[in-house]
Amino acid sequence: MAKITFIQPDGTSQDVEAKPGATVMESAKLNNIPGIEAECGGACACATCHVYVDSAWRDKVGKPEAMEEDMLDFAFDVREESRLSCQIKVTDELDGLIVRVPEKQF
Amino acid sequence: MTMSETHSSQAAPTGTVETDVVIIGAGPCGLFAVFELGLLDIKSHVIDILPKVGGQCSELYPEKPIYDIPGLPIVTGQGLTDRLMEQIQPFEPEFHLNQQVNTLTRLDDGRFSLSTDAGQDFITKVVVVAAGGGSFTPKRPPLPGIEDYEGTSVFYSVRKMEDFRGKDILIVGGGDSALDWVLSLQPIANSLTLVHRRDDFRAAPHSVEQMRQLVSEGKVELKIGQITQLNGDNGQMVSANLKKKDGEEVLEANTMLPFFGLTMKLGPIADWGLNLHENLIPVDTEKFESSEKGIFAIGDINSYPGKLKLILSGFHEAALMSQRVHHYVYPDKKLLFQYTTSSSNLQKKLGVR
Repeated sequence: MAKITFIQPDGTSQDVEAKPGATVMESAKLNNIPGIEAECGGACACATCHVYVDSAWRDKVGKPEAMEEDMLDFAFDVREESRLSCQIKVTDELDGLIVRVPEKQF
Repeated sequence: MTMSETHSSQAAPTGTVETDVVIIGAGPCGLFAVFELGLLDIKSHVIDILPKVGGQCSELYPEKPIYDIPGLPIVTGQGLTDRLMEQIQPFEPEFHLNQQVNTLTRLDDGRFSLSTDAGQDFITKVVVVAAGGGSFTPKRPPLPGIEDYEGTSVFYSVRKMEDFRGKDILIVGGGDSALDWVLSLQPIANSLTLVHRRDDFRAAPHSVEQMRQLVSEGKVELKIGQITQLNGDNGQMVSANLKKKDGEEVLEANTMLPFFGLTMKLGPIADWGLNLHENLIPVDTEKFESSEKGIFAIGDINSYPGKLKLILSGFHEAALMSQRVHHYVYPDKKLLFQYTTSSSNLQKKLGVR
C-alpha cells in the first residue's frame, strides 16, 4: 500500500492507503475525498479530477501525456504542477505522495 | 469534447409530431429502447441535445474500448453506437437532435405534450426518459460573478453571428469551437483576442494555421494565460484580468466566449414532478415506470434498490419497460411473448425474412 495525502483548499488534509495499480483518482473516490469529481469515470475525458502535485513529488509523478495535456485545457486554474488524478497510477514509489485539490473542478 | 456543433443549425419546427413514444436521450439505452419497442410495433421518436446520437459513448469516449457488453468482448463507444443504429434501422426511428425538451405536461386524454427549445412540439402516449447523466451543456468557468454577465456579455454559443458585429471579443479555449469562432467572428468584430493557457492547440491544424496567419497580420491578438476575473457593471463587461506565467494583464473587451467543453446537467427534468432522489428518477423494477403513470426511466438516470449504472442493465430495463408500454399503446391487444430466433412475425419486422 502507498500513503497518499490529499490537501483541501482550506488546508485540511486526509491520508488514504492506496493500492498500487489503482489510480490516484480511484483511491480518492474509494475514500470519499471531497473535490475529486471524476465525472467521466476515469476515461481522461472530463478534467474533473484535476489535482496539483506537491513540488517534492513532481519528478516522480512525471508530466502529463499529450491527451491529458489536451484535457487539462478544460480544467480551471491550470498550473505547472497540474495533473489529472485518473492518469496517475499508484506505485510503491509514490508512497507518501502529496496532492492538492483545486478550489473548483468547474 | 469539441463544441463545433454550435455551428449546426437547429432543426426547423415542422408542426406537432404525434407518436406512441418519445424517448428523451439518444445514448445506448435510448437507442436500444427503439429496438425493444419496435419489436412490439411501437413507434418511437428520439430527442437529444447533442448534434449526434450515442450519448456519452460518442461524446465522452468514442475511441475507448468497452469490455462488458454481452457478446462483444471489445467494442468502442462509437462502435457500439454504430452497431445499435444498425440494429434499430428496421424500425425507422426519427431523431430530433440538437435540442432539449423544455416542457412536459399531461393532457386531459392522458397523453403527454412536450416541446423542445428548438420549437418542436410532440404529443405522445408514453415518455421514456433515457437521459443518462443529464444533458450535455457548456462548462461555465468558475469566475466570480460570471452569472451576472451571461447572456449580455458572456456567451457559450453563437446563435446569430450578427449579434457580435462591432464587438471587442475575447475567445477562450484551444479546441475546434474556439478556433472556428476566431476565424468566423474576426471579420465582423471590432477587435478579437484569443486566450489559451498554452501555446499549443487541440484544434484542427488547418484552423490553427489560419489563426496564426491572422495573428501575424495583426488582425487577431493571441494571449497565453488564464482569465481570473471579469470587470464591469450591470452585466456589461469592460475588461478581464489575465494571469500569465510572468504576471497579470488587463484585457479590454465587452464580450467573452469561453469554450471549456461540456458537462452533464440534469436540466428541465428536475421540474417534471418525478420525485427525484439525488437527481435520479426512482422507478419500480418490474416496469421501470416513474411515479407518474406513462413516464418511464431507463439507464443511468433511474434509481432502484441494487441499481448498477451499466449499459447492459439499461438494455434489460428497456426490454421490461417495453412490455408495459405495450399495454398503454395497445390497451386491447394481448401481448404474445416471442423470440427473435423463432418468430416469423418478429423476423418480418426485422426485415430478415
